[in-house]
Amino acid sequence: MKLEDYKLGGTALRSSDIKQGRVLSTSWEPDLAYAWDDGVAIGRYLAELKNGRIIGRACHTCNRIMIPPRMFCELCFRPSDEWVILEDTGTVNTFSIVHVNWDASRRGPKEKPLIPAVIEIDGASEGMGIMHMLGGVDPDEITIGMRVKAVWKKPEEREGAITDILHFEPVRPKATKQRAGRKR
Amino acid sequence: MAYRKVAIVGAGITKFVRRAQETGKELSWQAAKMALDSCDLSLEQVDCVTLGTAPDAFDGVHMKGEYLADGAGAWRKPYMRHYVGGGTGVFSPIHGWFHVASGMADIVLVVAEEKMSSCVPHPQGAFLTIFDHTTEQPLKPNLIWIFALEMNRYMQAYGLSKADIALVSVKNKKNAIDHPAAQIPEEITVDDVLNSETLAWPVNRLDISPASDGAAAIVLASERVARRLTDKPVWIDGVGFAIDTAYWATRDLCYPTYVETAARQAYEMAGITEPSKQIHVAEPYDPFDYKELHHMEGLMLCPRGKAAQLTADGVTQRDGNLPICPSGGALGVGNPIAATGLMKIIEIFLQLRGEAGKRQVPGNPTCGLAQAWGDLMQMGTVVVMRS
Repeated sequence: MKLEDYKLGGTALRSSDIKQGRVLSTSWEPDLAYAWDDGVAIGRYLAELKNGRIIGRACHTCNRIMIPPRMFCELCFRPSDEWVILEDTGTVNTFSIVHVNWDASRRGPKEKPLIPAVIEIDGASEGMGIMHMLGGVDPDEITIGMRVKAVWKKPEEREGAITDILHFEPVRPKATKQRAGRKR
Repeated sequence: MAYRKVAIVGAGITKFVRRAQETGKELSWQAAKMALDSCDLSLEQVDCVTLGTAPDAFDGVHMKGEYLADGAGAWRKPYMRHYVGGGTGVFSPIHGWFHVASGMADIVLVVAEEKMSSCVPHPQGAFLTIFDHTTEQPLKPNLIWIFALEMNRYMQAYGLSKADIALVSVKNKKNAIDHPAAQIPEEITVDDVLNSETLAWPVNRLDISPASDGAAAIVLASERVARRLTDKPVWIDGVGFAIDTAYWATRDLCYPTYVETAARQAYEMAGITEPSKQIHVAEPYDPFDYKELHHMEGLMLCPRGKAAQLTADGVTQRDGNLPICPSGGALGVGNPIAATGLMKIIEIFLQLRGEAGKRQVPGNPTCGLAQAWGDLMQMGTVVVMRS
């Protein structure tokens, strides 16, 4: 058989077909709401975020310190063993400079680009990171391997959510501060 | 092996378009009917039907498998829907293969359908809920972000530039000019890719495949039946599928280990020990241009970090030593998720039969491979085929 020998189905529509009513369509906007329980491991993770700390969970069989924390080790398939307070600093594993919102709409000309990143958290096993945002930095200055630190919401504004960390910003080397001092 | 041999004996496909007038049911019917016609079968002769389709959220139809059953020809037959995200389309023949290889069925109709256009204004919005609802969704991510994160990591690991990667988009969109179902076949340059809108650096618009509507179908048969139906059966000689952790930020994003795991499984079954020599033509999943390179490496078709060089050297062109995505791929033919993977299976089917028309790669290939990838960058599906 050759595809070229068949009249293929699939009729392409133009947006004008819909706008001008040449093709009929029915629409619906679902109004669904969900309340997701935080779970045992992530519940503690969120509670510690509210305290301004990042917590992980250790498995003594594979010797990993895992973030996000989990009550079972998916590699060893056994209960994980203990809670470990991690640092609120880390290393940029990768990042992107984003001009689209979650629904594919474009960010406006006056809106700053978003800078999501994978950040390997200090104190967790090598390579274990979380997705979060970078801020307080010129996008052109960001490099993979850059050292960053969490910028927290004020304690009274925290609600036990991943957004209790506003973003991560570069750990400024001392030399930078001295230059800033000379400017004054 | 105790498996029965399984052949592909027929194929059908619709055009891939941004928005189809047809419903998902109608698209499924068009592809399924063409597949049956191509090997002179009627629906009564089909023992069992399997259907692949990706998120219900695209269509806004819950239990989409049941909704599509009529169009897939499943009426009063054993029927099951499978769904492994973007990996679905290459899982489709694997799901059908189970039924024939086990001896349960002699003829299976495999259908894959996607209608992404129903989700307005853009199906990208339907992806928000694949992220962890507590630790990731509050950051309002979308899939382009995480591909951008993966692409940046990949570029950094191997010192690649955006231009190195854009060559894949240029190649595949050009290949698609010869595909009758293609949505966005075009001749473009690397500069066109680099100058297209930056969505999420390093990803520009022309680095990405489009959202599409479309369907594809194949017919699988046991050896005894296949030899009666056609002089040119194409055998499914190896299948593999594997999933990695949904904690995607805890993996090294520069290498798709789950694809390697799936490939090793398929290669062992098919007796492939040197993939780069024994595989003559391949259709890895290319929803983004860097993914073709990423997947060539995961499939062990070249050493890690070397796929871009092979592309620059022309090795992956249709007339190169290792043609990659001669169909035009998701980047050129279009990307109705589940149907894309099955389109790739159909391309290898036609290539191995010498029936790919202007897209035919030279040298009478006898062994080919299709691969897809999906979920939260964690699922690999691989099928090895021989004529």
